[in-house]
Amino acid sequence: MKLLRIKAIAKKELIQIRRDPLSLAIAFLMPVMQLFIYGYAITFDVNNIKTVVLDRDRSSLSRELVSEFESSGYFTIAAYIDRYNDIDTFFKMNRAKVAIIIPERFSKEMKAGKSAQVGVILDGSDSNTATIAQGYIDAVGLLFAQRSGGAKLSPAVDMRGRVWYNPELKSRNFIIPGLIVVIMAVIVALLTSLTVAREWERGTMEQLISTPVSPAELIVGKLIPYFCIGLADILMAISVGVFWFGVPLKGSPLLLILLAMIFTFGGVSFGILISISAKGSQAIASQMALLSTFLPSFLLSGFMFAISNMPAVLQLVTYIFPARYFVTISKGIFLKGNSAEMLAWEALLLTLFGIAVFILAVRKFRKRMD
Amino acid sequence: MTPAGEIAVKVERLRRTFGDFVAVDDIDLEVKKGEIFGFLGPNGAGKSTTIRMLCGLLAPTAGSGHVGGFNIMTESEEIKKRIGYMSQKFSLYDDLTVEENIDFFSGIYSVPAQQKKERKDWVLEMAGISDRKKSVTRTLAQGYKQRLALGCAVLHGPQLLFLDEPTSGVDPISRRNFWEIIYGMSKEGTTVFVTTHYMDEADYCDRLALIYRGRIIAGGTPHELRLQHMKKNVLEIDVENVVDAIDILYKSGIEAAIFGSRIHAEVDNAELSGPAIRNILEQSAIKVRGMERIEPSLEDVFVTLIEVS
Repeated sequence: MKLLRIKAIAKKELIQIRRDPLSLAIAFLMPVMQLFIYGYAITFDVNNIKTVVLDRDRSSLSRELVSEFESSGYFTIAAYIDRYNDIDTFFKMNRAKVAIIIPERFSKEMKAGKSAQVGVILDGSDSNTATIAQGYIDAVGLLFAQRSGGAKLSPAVDMRGRVWYNPELKSRNFIIPGLIVVIMAVIVALLTSLTVAREWERGTMEQLISTPVSPAELIVGKLIPYFCIGLADILMAISVGVFWFGVPLKGSPLLLILLAMIFTFGGVSFGILISISAKGSQAIASQMALLSTFLPSFLLSGFMFAISNMPAVLQLVTYIFPARYFVTISKGIFLKGNSAEMLAWEALLLTLFGIAVFILAVRKFRKRMD
Repeated sequence: MTPAGEIAVKVERLRRTFGDFVAVDDIDLEVKKGEIFGFLGPNGAGKSTTIRMLCGLLAPTAGSGHVGGFNIMTESEEIKKRIGYMSQKFSLYDDLTVEENIDFFSGIYSVPAQQKKERKDWVLEMAGISDRKKSVTRTLAQGYKQRLALGCAVLHGPQLLFLDEPTSGVDPISRRNFWEIIYGMSKEGTTVFVTTHYMDEADYCDRLALIYRGRIIAGGTPHELRLQHMKKNVLEIDVENVVDAIDILYKSGIEAAIFGSRIHAEVDNAELSGPAIRNILEQSAIKVRGMERIEPSLEDVFVTLIEVS
């Protein structure tokens, strides 16, 4: 390995990135844009659920119940309807997700001290919202019963749950640390996926492989600028998460940055491995990079869905995606303030992944045209 | 120096196939140190495939050989340390400036720091682009690009230089200029292996091999080729009215063609046919100002050879 050669290649790559608007956009514009778009778009918090009311009682008590729902902030009354069949219309038109049906004898039974039944219908086609709405409805119902004093509630066990690490249960707090990982996994792989394929496509590789440059020198030289860009992107993303979205960073920022470096190394190495495999076609290389990073890091990293809930086989599959480790690391450091020892396993696997992929890339690169 | 040391390139039964297609069909080549070796043939004959195998860019399907003393089958990386290669397609970085390209290849060839400046200035001067070192390479004319590419390929002062169609797509003045540079390098002891499909460039070479459809159909010095493969004599005739004269020669069954303002006639024996031709022309009231036997051009030779094979 000659430092002079590595330096020459790194410098050349940097000049090329600087002169290529597309590379610049992918490197600096795309991650920030994605962070803002997804940061706002992906949320599990449910507010203002559109609700229709079929009030057959039409009493002051039934109106109180409805206003209890409204004042909770979770529900907005979209319409009062007269017929049961209207619910279907509202659901189908997506004008409501919840229907509340108050029966005729509601106030009579409440006043008589009996348990009054209120019908609730949820639009199950959006099961996520439905599940959350169900919880809110139960809570509102309980509150209403206590306040109106109609039903005597004396549960045998009074369970009070407390949520740790994210007490307000703000979904943004756990989405942003994971989202940073997903975005970076895609960006770093996408950036480097073009570098080798581009040289084959433009014919410059023919000259390069006629020189004494070694595969390791070439790959290290090419990776250096992209590694720096990737790291700068991660720092930028963490800053946006903390200062714009207000996500608390409980653990050590230094530890997060250090592990981000390992993750970035693996990411750029993976991208260049793809670029070498897709010899000669930038289009194929970039599509391979997108497919092999975006979906796995989105779906199989524990970012969206808990890995422990997946079938055993799929759980095994998640181990080959480095995003899995870095999602755990990022969430752990952001939300739980995890220390280095607690993340040692993830850090180790992340390191192994990076080294393995780098070696594979060096081995796979051939200084031949066939 | 031992005789073996005077051979720069030697390959035997070198073969390369792409699927069913035989691009290079069991060729033998021998290039002596310090000579300009021309590898001639029409497009698609197998020139680039051969030169790529010699430079270690393409694995031969079969055969054996040495370049600069190293085995082409097993020691291609050693070969790459000692050669300069210029590919057919311009393959420097279009988006880098002239100077950035030179600096890049200086780094790749590990040119020592104290020589870098001197080598860079030499390349700029040789290519005639000292005033354009800050220009993006894309904006250079083809002739300058080729010379810059040559300069970048020899930054490390290689003993062996492989040039694949270095003058294709370049104007005639730049072509001559380019050949002068190659001459200069050859004089300083560099062995030059150059491919071309311009037959008129063959005369610049010390020795030649002609490749056609993957096979070498002739080889030797330009003079040898002319003697061995051109059995007929060529007479150059200087007449007043070229068009009328060629018409008359055709009608008399003599093979002739117009070369500029003169006529070239192919005959079996110049001594016998010369006076006869003069007679025929003068009978038709065409004044013959001069007539002499000349050496056939290499283009004539190659056309003849390709017709035979």
